[in-house]
Amino acid sequence: MPEIKELVKGLADKHGRTRESLLPILQGIISEERFISDAAMTEVARELDMSAALVYGTATFYSFLDTKPRGKYVIRVCRTITCDMKGKKQIVKTLEDLLKVNVGETTKDNKFTLLETNCLGWCHKGPAMLINDEAYTELTEEKVSEIIGDYMKNK
Amino acid sequence: MPDKKLKRVDLIFSEDCGYKDVLAESLKMSNEKILQEILDSGLRGRGGAGFPTGLKWKFTSQEPGDEKYVVCNADEGEPGTFKDREILSRVPLKVFGGMAVCGKVIGAKHGYIYLRGEYQFLKADLEKALDEFHASLKESGFDFQIHILMGSGAYICGEESALFESMEGKRGEPRNKPPYPTIAGFRSKPTVINNVETLVYSFMICRIGAKKFQELGTADSRGSKVFSISGDTPIAGIYELELGMSLEDFVEEFGDGDTKAVQVGGAAGFCVPRKKFKDTIIGFEGVPTGGSMMLFNSSRSMYNVLKNYVEFFEEESCGQCTPCRVGCQQLKKGIEAVKKGDKSAHYLETLQKLAETMKVTSKCGLGQSVANSFSSIVDNFKEEMIY
Repeated sequence: MPEIKELVKGLADKHGRTRESLLPILQGIISEERFISDAAMTEVARELDMSAALVYGTATFYSFLDTKPRGKYVIRVCRTITCDMKGKKQIVKTLEDLLKVNVGETTKDNKFTLLETNCLGWCHKGPAMLINDEAYTELTEEKVSEIIGDYMKNK
Repeated sequence: MPDKKLKRVDLIFSEDCGYKDVLAESLKMSNEKILQEILDSGLRGRGGAGFPTGLKWKFTSQEPGDEKYVVCNADEGEPGTFKDREILSRVPLKVFGGMAVCGKVIGAKHGYIYLRGEYQFLKADLEKALDEFHASLKESGFDFQIHILMGSGAYICGEESALFESMEGKRGEPRNKPPYPTIAGFRSKPTVINNVETLVYSFMICRIGAKKFQELGTADSRGSKVFSISGDTPIAGIYELELGMSLEDFVEEFGDGDTKAVQVGGAAGFCVPRKKFKDTIIGFEGVPTGGSMMLFNSSRSMYNVLKNYVEFFEEESCGQCTPCRVGCQQLKKGIEAVKKGDKSAHYLETLQKLAETMKVTSKCGLGQSVANSFSSIVDNFKEEMIY
């Protein structure tokens, strides 16, 4: 996988090749690829001269460092109680209907992954979700349809 | 009985001072003077634990060696808290200012902001503000650099020693304490780690003086605090309030008229039922909070609330120590079994004993604080757990 090799090398050049560089490098892979494949982890281990187990152990600790295949856009709906009280369940259902997947799954075209996550820090404007790094708040069914429609068409 | 009334304060977000002037003046003050001001002010950490800020700075300043660090804990993950995001997006320069002043006092050349992954969208603006800040520092001739490191969605990394582990590129698993961060923190060097809000207050104390800050609040809880208010309230949002008010006053102001309980301090905090509003002080002498205030009205099932918290802890437990890892799983299974009728109501007492055991035996604050919400909800809303 020459592309992964290039990507990891570029990230290591930027962040360094010490243990402290590991998290920024893994985060860099996520922002490019949305998940860290086994091949990517082995490549990071080789580039940083550490064991692959160590890279795996670190990556799998963090919920945003996905090690399973993810779509181009990862949707994380906040499941904390205040968002739940403002209608998060309906928002998840709307997303499931629109994308035709269940929570935890990726669409067939690999464009969207639907996940739930813990408190996003938008409790006064719930329900809230992240699409990759972008936050969307005060969601309604209409708003969600609009946002997803826009991603489907334009991105 | 609380003697303070609810009072809005405007310190954190106040625009009346150019941060540049405050910075220039603070950098001219002697370290002893700044330290004395922070100590006299009675400021305690605003992340929730409430350790006296002045002491942290003092201990770290007394450590030998010239490699020391200032770390800003911006890994705000407590359910119901969003004040640090607001502070970082509205007054980032004051946060940096607090870090620089701390750096001067303890003798650090580098400061780090550990920003939670969920707030990645803030990073670009923060970096822009940092450029401006570094330019002003250069003008004043003080050698101090601030860097931003990102988290990746782990609540436990808000625990200070787990945060250092994460900054060092490792799994965010809490360390054994002692040694405390003032002796061995980031890279095992003396480190001051403060919450975002604490740093802004430190900076503001340099401006207004300890005396003025002390006039606010109570003997145990000096000053004011930024509250993140959510749940069943018509006016959810961020409010800076004087510490020491009663929960009754608070609910009067922010409730929807039908408040049955308030969760003070997030999932790791305490649930206070209506009958105790009057006698509950919000502050370190009563129920402390890192800012999270979630209101529930009588239409809400407290079972759902508790289940949501326990699921949260089960997922966010780092898994390192057994009481927390297994305890969270068993608490969740246990309340589900009681609700279903698979276990008798009596079983709730067994679960409460388990929560108490977790409090005594868990390695860090996460496992130790599960009992807070668990016991306060089960005690006060027992029938809702059963039926």
